[in-house]
Amino acid sequence: MSEYKPPKNEKEFEQNFDQIKPVMNKTEAIFESSRCLFCYDAPCVKACPTFIDIPLFIRQINNGNVKGAAKTIFYSNYLGNTCGKVCPTEVLCEGSCVYIKEGVKPVEIGRLQNYATNKAITEKIKIFSQGEPVKKKVAIIGGGPAGLSCACELRSNGIEADIFEGKSKATGLAIHGIAPYKIANQEVDDELEYLLRQFGFKIHFNHYVHGVEELRKIEKEYDAVFIGVGNANTTMLNIPGENKKNVVGAIEIIEQLRKKHHKTVFGNKVVVLGGGNTAMDAASEAARMGSEAVILAYRRAKADMKGYEFEFDLAKRVGVKAYFNVAPVEILGDEKVTGIKFIKTKSENGVITNIQGSEFTEECDMIIKATGQSRHFGLLHNIENLETDEEGRVIVNNEFRTTNPKYYAGGDAVNGGKEVVNSVAEGKSAGKNISKILLNKTLSLTLNT
Amino acid sequence: MSSLKSNFAGIKSPNPFWLASAPPTNSGYQVMRAFDKGWGGAVWKTLGVPIINTSSRYGAVNYRDKRMVGFNNIELISDRPLSDNLRDIEEVKKYFPEHAVIGSLMVETKQQWHQIIKDVENAGVDGIELNFGCPHGMCERGMGSAVGQEPNVLTQIVSWVMETAKVPVIVKLTPNVSHIEEPAIAAKRGGANAVSLINTIQSIVGVDIDNFVPYPVVDGKSTNGGYCGPAVKPIAMNMVKNVAKIPGYNLPISGIGGIENWRDAVEFILLGATNVQVCTAVMHYGFGIIREILAGFEQYMDEKNFSTVDEMIGKALPNILHWEELNLNYKVIAKIEESKCIGCQLCYIACEDGAHQAIGLPGNPDSRIPHIIEENCVGCNLCSIVCPVENCISMVRKDENKKIINWQERTAQGNIPVTFDDKLAGGVGHYIPEPKEAIAYRLK
Repeated sequence: MSEYKPPKNEKEFEQNFDQIKPVMNKTEAIFESSRCLFCYDAPCVKACPTFIDIPLFIRQINNGNVKGAAKTIFYSNYLGNTCGKVCPTEVLCEGSCVYIKEGVKPVEIGRLQNYATNKAITEKIKIFSQGEPVKKKVAIIGGGPAGLSCACELRSNGIEADIFEGKSKATGLAIHGIAPYKIANQEVDDELEYLLRQFGFKIHFNHYVHGVEELRKIEKEYDAVFIGVGNANTTMLNIPGENKKNVVGAIEIIEQLRKKHHKTVFGNKVVVLGGGNTAMDAASEAARMGSEAVILAYRRAKADMKGYEFEFDLAKRVGVKAYFNVAPVEILGDEKVTGIKFIKTKSENGVITNIQGSEFTEECDMIIKATGQSRHFGLLHNIENLETDEEGRVIVNNEFRTTNPKYYAGGDAVNGGKEVVNSVAEGKSAGKNISKILLNKTLSLTLNT
Repeated sequence: MSSLKSNFAGIKSPNPFWLASAPPTNSGYQVMRAFDKGWGGAVWKTLGVPIINTSSRYGAVNYRDKRMVGFNNIELISDRPLSDNLRDIEEVKKYFPEHAVIGSLMVETKQQWHQIIKDVENAGVDGIELNFGCPHGMCERGMGSAVGQEPNVLTQIVSWVMETAKVPVIVKLTPNVSHIEEPAIAAKRGGANAVSLINTIQSIVGVDIDNFVPYPVVDGKSTNGGYCGPAVKPIAMNMVKNVAKIPGYNLPISGIGGIENWRDAVEFILLGATNVQVCTAVMHYGFGIIREILAGFEQYMDEKNFSTVDEMIGKALPNILHWEELNLNYKVIAKIEESKCIGCQLCYIACEDGAHQAIGLPGNPDSRIPHIIEENCVGCNLCSIVCPVENCISMVRKDENKKIINWQERTAQGNIPVTFDDKLAGGVGHYIPEPKEAIAYRLK
């Protein structure tokens, strides 16, 4: 392996994490947009959780109306630029492109989308307007994709939106949790700035709302509250040795990497536990940070992996090796991790059982757990009558209203952990419903699809 | 083994592919480069009293990612002194005696015509082409298309030319007329040996919508130009066919208009051209495109067992009838090959919005494959044309055992609609949804 050398400075970091979907130039955009067939009832639109009119915006790009294309995108998806870059387009819009049925490369929808939105953002093209003030206020807990999307929707209806963000930066996983080769920090910041300037919602940074007293105060001051808190830290495996140094959660190490770039320390031999997309990302990132060997270890069979095939391919391409049907039993080492003991498993009808006597040890100096995240139970339990399901997800009706009628919710806190684009869609729908109820009328919103 | 050798009205050339009179034939240098690459002949950039050109001169129509599907120019005839051109022609003929060099001419008076014909013949041209086609700049001065649009003037000038010309004379026709047959017949009446067509079509290729001025822009202003390139090919082919079908015409035709590959050349010849001339494609890609034309054309001749180009001339003409001679009982119906369908549903929406509501969508949400509603299908071809997959939609014949009958015959039988609400109307019995079904979703 060691295809990548550990980056010593920002420039080397950028080389190791060069964008897998760089922004197109005009020639490329014209060529690529020319390929779109303008399908009737296009499958790409149906595959998009925000229902962007993809054939329309591609045709607009092709006909030189890039500003119009950006409008088409942003009116359906407030984080259109981020989504174009970080969406798993391979399984959503591009994955449904009819060209695939003919054995032809699908239209690069994500990159075309970025071509338009990037132009709108960098040239500060104003496309949104705030609604007439209606003297209603909504508090939004969590400034991630769901919360931001909800805020934009509310502002377009003239409702005030105050976002309470626990961290020093908003946009949630877009800035903290996405692999750096998918999107650069600057791009995320620029899109947030673009939305802020046009919609004028407020963000209170480093303001972690969870206490009962504060919640009661918010309930009093605001007409409604939207919960978009996403998920919390990595869950414990509950195996011996888990507290040793260099045993980290995937979410936590990825956040560090996004913040500290080349200054983030990875091990020489890294074992990543898990089979989801976060595990793939963490493994890829370790490899790009110059780790000598990276092993992805998954408890179940390859076919059971929740991660997308293309994400697994990305990891394999940078030299990640994968073990399937191995479960961690103990983390070895004194103060610091020196290895991990696995036991082999077999999967039958979805049930996995350990194979007795099949234990083996893998040497390593870092373990990354990508085995799931906890919920923000502290906050959720402090809200009266707020029900969650058996997995801790907030229960909402089809208007994204929770069992406490003052509260609405969307994003990972509700769906358990999906894509950025799902959160954007849910945040917008929630915002639309909150507006409808607060304004007590059926809105004919010009910005709606 | 097939032979590409060409004899056009007595003008011999190694192949039937000539460069048209235009910027690529402006100098001996260019023409010699072209012959060296494989072109069979060249019609020199039109000679006359040299002119002064504008800057800029060209405009284009781009379609999606394709550049120059249409092209126009406001350039005039040669801006070089006649003596320079004559010296170049002589030089070219010295190095390429087997190749055809044609002098394109455009002057005003009878005396000028007689003088310039002598001059180019002395320089060694194999033929003369009379430029009666240029639709911009020269026509305002009583030349070019101003001549081509007046059959009597055209005949008059051709007859002046024929008084002195010793080499074959080709008349180049303008398409900016209602009936191309009229100038074609006028040329023959004047004694011309051949015609070439089409010259460019009057055009505006686009408008700078920020500054409200068409292209090409000359110091903030513009003027109409002459249109050419792939976009004009269908118009040119129809005109070539029209001239070729003039009863007893018999003059060889040099086909011009949007030709850029071997197939284009074959098509023009099948429609009655004896040879072809190319300009725009060379202005786009250079002389090198002749390699593809030669290779493809020869391969076609071999595959079809044509031993000479002449055998191909007009092969498609017997199959071009008047509309009223077409068989009204012939019936085809679209068929979708489901295994090839990719589910774009362009056929559905094209038929639904643009034709006869003869394609249905699957009721099953898992499928995107449309189906033909046979009783509504009129066999128009639209679906098979919009389908992006090769051979996915085909037109299947459905009129077995019906005898051939055309409009003429039905008219003779009195079997045609004559009143406004005639039950014999072709659309009677076709299913057409009620108008309000178009907005049913809104009424719900």
